[in-house]
This record gives sequence, C-alpha cells and structure tokens, in this order.
Amino acid sequence: MSRAQRDVWADTLIELASANPDILVLDADLATSTRADRFADAYPDQFLQMGIAEQGMVGTAVGLASLGFVPWLSSFGIFFTHRALDQVRMAVAQTHANVKIGAAYTGLQAGLSGKTHIDIADLAIMRAMPGMTVLAPADAAECAAMVRWATATPGPVYLRLGRESGPDVFGADYVFAPRVVRRLRDGADLLLVSTGQQTARTLAAAELLAADGIDAGVIHVPSVKPCDEAALADAAAQVPLVVTVEEHSVLGGLGGLVTEIVSGAVPRRAAGSRIVRIGIEDIWGESAPNAWLLDRHGLTPTAVAERVRRELAAAS
Amino acid sequence: MAEPQPGSQPDIDELEALAKRGRLHVIETVAHSGAGHVGGPLSAMDLLVALYFRAMRIRPDQPDWPERDRFILSKGHSSVGLYAVMAMRGYFGVEELSTFDAGDSRLQGHPDMLRLPGLDTSTGSLGQGLAIGLGMAIGARRRKLDFHTFVMLGDGEAQEGQVWETVHVAPRYGAGNLTAIVDRNGMQQYGWLLPDGEEHRGNRGDPWAGANLRGAFEAFGWRVLEIDGHDFGQILAALDDVRATSGGDTPTVILARTVKGRGISFTEGRSEWHARPATAAEAEAARLELTAPEVNGSNGVEL
Repeated sequence: MSRAQRDVWADTLIELASANPDILVLDADLATSTRADRFADAYPDQFLQMGIAEQGMVGTAVGLASLGFVPWLSSFGIFFTHRALDQVRMAVAQTHANVKIGAAYTGLQAGLSGKTHIDIADLAIMRAMPGMTVLAPADAAECAAMVRWATATPGPVYLRLGRESGPDVFGADYVFAPRVVRRLRDGADLLLVSTGQQTARTLAAAELLAADGIDAGVIHVPSVKPCDEAALADAAAQVPLVVTVEEHSVLGGLGGLVTEIVSGAVPRRAAGSRIVRIGIEDIWGESAPNAWLLDRHGLTPTAVAERVRRELAAAS
Repeated sequence: MAEPQPGSQPDIDELEALAKRGRLHVIETVAHSGAGHVGGPLSAMDLLVALYFRAMRIRPDQPDWPERDRFILSKGHSSVGLYAVMAMRGYFGVEELSTFDAGDSRLQGHPDMLRLPGLDTSTGSLGQGLAIGLGMAIGARRRKLDFHTFVMLGDGEAQEGQVWETVHVAPRYGAGNLTAIVDRNGMQQYGWLLPDGEEHRGNRGDPWAGANLRGAFEAFGWRVLEIDGHDFGQILAALDDVRATSGGDTPTVILARTVKGRGISFTEGRSEWHARPATAAEAEAARLELTAPEVNGSNGVEL
C-alpha cells in the first residue's frame, strides 16, 4: 500500500522548502490531522498557525502571496469549499492569487467524522470557479508531482488530498502535466472515467470485468480543471457506454464534466455514447468505517463492476 | 488647486479643497453612471484624501512600487470615493471617472485589482480586507520592507465574523505595521429595527452608536485611536502616530467618527443616500455647495 496523500503532501513540501524559503504553510488548527505539523517541525519559521479561522487564513494567504510568498493552506476540504468559499472566490480566484489549497480529508473517507466533515461537492464547487485549477491525485506519486507542480506554477490551485492510503497507480517517475488525461487501460466494450483515489478502485473493477470477458477501458482525470476535453470526447466516441466513477457527488463533479463534454462535443464525436454516473447520490454522508461507506455508495471494485454489468445488461 | 507634485505636502486647507473636489466627483460620477454608492464614499472622503495626499508613501506613476504602502478598501462598495481620490492623485485621469460601472471599465462597481493598477487587492464582499492586510503586514516583516498597510472598514462591515478572526490573530503576529481604519458613520443600508419601547432614534435609518468597538478591539489586544474623521488635524495626527509605531508589535485601529453623506447638505446623515444617484438638479445643487477653487478661482464656499 502506498503512503497516504496527506503524508505525501507534507513531506513533499518539506522537501521543497529546503530550497525555497518562500514556501509557507498556513494552518487552521488541524495540522496534526493534515500532517502540516511535520512541516511545522521541520520549518517552524515557515509555518503560520492562524487559529480556527479559515476565512481569515485564506485572506492572510492572499496578502502573503502578493509579496511573492507561496502559501499552502492546511485544513479539511470542506472548510475551504464551504466555510471559506467566499474568501476563496473573491480574494483568491478573482485576483488570481498564488495561493495553494491543500484540501485534506476530502471525499467519503473523512476519518469517521460524518456528514459535517465529508466533502462530496468540492469538485463541483471548485470547477465552477473561473481561474481555479482543480487537481485530484490518484496516488502518492501523482500527489507528490502535483505538489511540486503547483508550488512552481503561479495561480490558485485546489488540491484534493485523501486521508487514507490507497494502492499505487503510477510509478515514482510520474511527471504531472496539467490538462492531460491518462489512459490506464484500453477496452472496446465501455470506458470507465475516474479521478482521485477512486481511480485505483476503478482499475480493480476493470480487472473484475475482464474476468467476465467485459473489455473496459479506463481513463484517469488528474486535472479536473483544466482538462483535455477533446481527448475525453474522442475516447467517449469509441465506445457505446461511458461510466464515470468518483468519490464525489454524482452532481457536477467528474460525471458532470464528462456529460458536459460529450453533450457539447462538436462535431458530436461522442453522440452515441450513453453516460452512467457512479458516485454519491444526492444525499449526505454519515460517520462509518471507510469500507462501509465505499460499499454503501457503490464505490468498491466489486460494486462498480456489478453496476457496469447491470448497465450493459439493460442496454442489450 | 493644482495637483500636488510628488513629495509635496498639501496643507490642511489644500486637503479640504481636495476633499470637496473628491465629493463632487463622487456625486457626479454616480449621477452619470446611474447607480452607485454615495453616503459611504462621502463619509470616507476626508480619510481617503489624507491617506493618498499625505500619509501614504506611494508613487502613482509606479503603482506596483514594491515598497509602497498598501491600502485596502475593505468596504469595497465605497469604490467611487477611492477612484475619485486616485484620479485626483494622478493614478489615472479624472475623465476616466465617467466610465465608472460601464462595461469594460477599469472602474468596477467594486474594486478589481486585475483591471486597475494601484489597487492592492479586490474587495466587495464585506469583511475580507483586514485578513488580506494582515497577510501583507506579515509579508512585509518577512521581506524586511517597512511599508505600512492600511485597511479601511465600515462600521456596518464590522458585523462580519471574518473581521474578528483577523482582529483575534493579528496581535499574535506582532503586526504593528497594520492599521485598520473604521469609517464609523453609524449608518448602514437597512439599519436596525427599533426595539420595543425605543423611540429616541426616530427611525431605523438614524445613526446608531453601534457596538463598543473600542472595547472589542482593545480586548483583542489592539491599540485604539478615536478621532473625528472629518478633522484633518486629527486624521493626520493619527496617521502620523501609526507610522511612528509601525515597527512595534501592536496593530492599531483608528475609529474615525464620520457622518454618512458628509459634505453636501441634503445627503448628510440621510440613510436614503446610501446608494442612489443624484438627479440633475441635485447634482447641480451639490456642485454649487462644493464649488471647487479651480472652478471659481476662490477658496471654495463654506459648507
């Protein structure tokens, strides 16, 4: 099992800070959860504890960025995308501030915290924000590459960080490039499109389907925004069924993105494709063990494969 | 009067004349655009003139000068007052004020730093400016720059929770180089419903002394200066004071008591002028009241 993305985030920033004194980490009193405490221990002079005050923290980061610092923010995703959304919108995105949002504990697996802390709308919210880059790493290697890229690239970035470790998808030599979508598996019967840590489970689902003789392609979307829409439209056009899978609401996230792309493809390259969106239906989360939550919401490899079999049967 | 030259120090008479011109720009600009705020820009005008013509170290011809003092108009809906002062100070021509609120204008209804050079951030959603100013103040210390950061808030804006997040944390960072200026005109858009049995305030639009801002800021460890926000002597003294203590560890708030709609007889203290354009007749009446020295060659009329 790979390392958890929150660990990778902190350790990569520590590595980068050794050569870059402009990197700052601002925390809203969750450092021991987000792993920002490691950074604080390694570079105490580059760590700012802003208290349980996410809105103020976002604004202060904007002021620091105006002086050439590269502030990374540490809190749970939900508190950026919901509590401090107005600050992210006006002070960060509308000024194109060089502020990096380290959104920990996103998705269903929020450490038994339940509905108040589970963020299953972050991709929908952040991708509707002009000028915001929205990244969802599949694994540790991609997470580290994204942290490096975001630190070196001016402009606002939202980085979706999982709490839990998951299987590795990429090798240590992975290099991140914005917009690019990653084809991980070819398949003629359908295309699975996935993002974030769900991609590893989606790949496993494709393996289960292959055992049944179902040939599923898999594309991983690391950069929900910007995204190579033409590549997705072309890929969707090659198969009769497209299934999006995400640890996120079925409304407005990856499923929304793919649906928008296919419906708007000109010429209608993917017009024949049917799209099924797998994710959290329009309901709140709850506190429960991760495995239970993934199963309840149909996101385990087994559940995804079963859903695909049903959809294929319904279409035949 | 002529535009002050870089390095010149307009005296109080000149500042008062500039404030009259600024107020005229406000009333005429909003009348021209057909919408915009009036009461707040007029209450803040003397503070803005003092900042831009005396207190702040700025270079209008080099708006991104790294060592410039920072100014954030957190009460971004008073943008037209800021634009009037920036135009008079030479950031752009006063004729551009006529583009206020128009499509493609650099002079947006709420300040947009990506459009107008000289703005240190974008504002408009209330309560956000002080946090950004704290980041600038902390950043200045880390960069070993001795510029000062000024953030102007409305007293109504001080009802926003985010303001108090930053008030809470700023002393922890020893931000003596950060000054909040509260344009305390006691009046906001709707005002407050009267409690049962309370009659002396007349109606919901009457000025209200508001919360105990001095006590609140002091409780969080800020230094508090209270001034008459229309008395240039007091304004300049306060701004000199915060400059002198900029190297210290304690942020300062200047509570500036002001009158909404100040400077024009029929807008002063009138809540209905929070945001409404003057008619042609009203604009002319305002012009007569504010007759600026360069218009009639005199020292202006008494208000």
